[in-house]
Amino acid sequence: MSKTLWLILGMALCLPLHAQPDKHARGLAASCAACHGTNGNSVGGTPVLAGMDRALFIQQMKDFKSGARPATVMHQHARGYSDAEIEQLAGFFSAQKRATQ
Amino acid sequence: MNIDRRKFLLCASASGLLGLAPATLALGAAQQLGKRAKPPRVVIVGAGFGGATAAKYLRLWSERKIEVLLLERQQNFISCPMSNTVLGGSRNMGDITLSYDDLSKKYGIQRITAEVTGVNAEKRSVRTARGDVPYDRLILAPGIDFLFDQIAGLDAALAETQLPHAWKAGAQTALLRKQLEAMPDGGVYLLSIPKAPYRCPPGPYERVCQVAFYFKQHKPKSKIIVLDANPDITSKKGLFLKAWNELYPGMIDYRPNAQVIQVDAKTRTATTEFDAVKADVLNVLPPMRAGKAAELAGVVNVDQRWCAVNFLSYESTARPNIHVIGDAVAAGLPKSGHMATSQAKVTAAAIIELLAGNQPDADPVLANTCYSMVSDKAAMHVANVFRYNKDTKQMVAAEGGGVSDKHSDTEGSYAKYWAQNIWSDALR
Repeated sequence: MSKTLWLILGMALCLPLHAQPDKHARGLAASCAACHGTNGNSVGGTPVLAGMDRALFIQQMKDFKSGARPATVMHQHARGYSDAEIEQLAGFFSAQKRATQ
Repeated sequence: MNIDRRKFLLCASASGLLGLAPATLALGAAQQLGKRAKPPRVVIVGAGFGGATAAKYLRLWSERKIEVLLLERQQNFISCPMSNTVLGGSRNMGDITLSYDDLSKKYGIQRITAEVTGVNAEKRSVRTARGDVPYDRLILAPGIDFLFDQIAGLDAALAETQLPHAWKAGAQTALLRKQLEAMPDGGVYLLSIPKAPYRCPPGPYERVCQVAFYFKQHKPKSKIIVLDANPDITSKKGLFLKAWNELYPGMIDYRPNAQVIQVDAKTRTATTEFDAVKADVLNVLPPMRAGKAAELAGVVNVDQRWCAVNFLSYESTARPNIHVIGDAVAAGLPKSGHMATSQAKVTAAAIIELLAGNQPDADPVLANTCYSMVSDKAAMHVANVFRYNKDTKQMVAAEGGGVSDKHSDTEGSYAKYWAQNIWSDALR
């Protein structure tokens, strides 16, 4: 019953039938939380990615990828993502609220 | 007996977690009338890195529209990552013990402290000593269990009292530390490593570093013997050899292809096919398999040890509506805490879509970073991005991943920040 209800509810709210692109970006970004905190709100040590300027994020990741910016680990992660994925990550993190602590 | 929502709200209220009396009454009345639509319910078994993260993200991403019940037998979260530093002496048990309270308070997750005794996949219900818990979808994050019967002379009771494996952080970690403290200078610590796959590939070699760190300061004449069932160091080989040679020269005797098949607790002897080795502290890691809850649910279908899943949703290939995450999964993915949290998020997102009648993301990408502490301050890492391959239906390592150039204090700081952030991401 609950499944049917959710289906009806989903349709009523005009949810699309496939995962949205922003959900894919959310999924891409989710792995970053181990070091950079939930939604990019680091709780210590690492840079806060939440609310980071989109262009700056993309530039940093490109510099990690090329080696222009030296790193211990970030060059290895950056090289694992396509340019399109880096743009999606930038879009996700720039849209996150910075937690006030 | 069914454990329903009303009962759990009463439990929550009685234990002082929330001032829920009015809500309890309202919900109770609605249930009696039978007109209030029940939200879909996900039950999660196991609140380690994977289970706790799945619980939090199901609530976050469903905007609390999915009810989440989290079953865990332990009162507190004790982190395996960083637990080797308790053996080294730079952390204590308190430093790696965290509360589950925020999961209830901040996210409205209903926690049940109980062990699972059965799973009825047809009825979609989990059995515990405190009652049956029905689910729409079940996530098993059961971690690992040990195949004690593959080592003659060893059993679970001996591990608790005399021969701790300490491969689940907790009382055995504290016991092993005590044994190291009681050992005389000039003594022998023996670590035996089972054939891969096992939980945390670099973990045993990190443990060697931590015990060596403790010996170097307090018992410099002591020796470490490593009996590895594998043909070689299974993770970060060059880095560990470098760390051992630079930081602890002459202390570590590493022996590959040495599978322990028998132990004697009285004489503290470990026996391989070729050799019998005596030690003062005997730390035998038995071969591992998926945690017991996976067996109870009938989802162990790889080598009678691990669970095959669909990597788009982590749904078991053996039973519908049951998802498996973390170390229990058979995959080309490392059995690590970070990986368990990454899998948990893919699973949470997929379940939200599936419950709404949608398809999960067809192209999941996730990442893993594992730090190993080689002293109190220095660490090194292995890092990889993994992506779904549509042809093989497996998760495969993307280009660009790798390990540190060498261990460093800088990476030691990053390891500390990693722990702070992943603990917070899973539990707060």
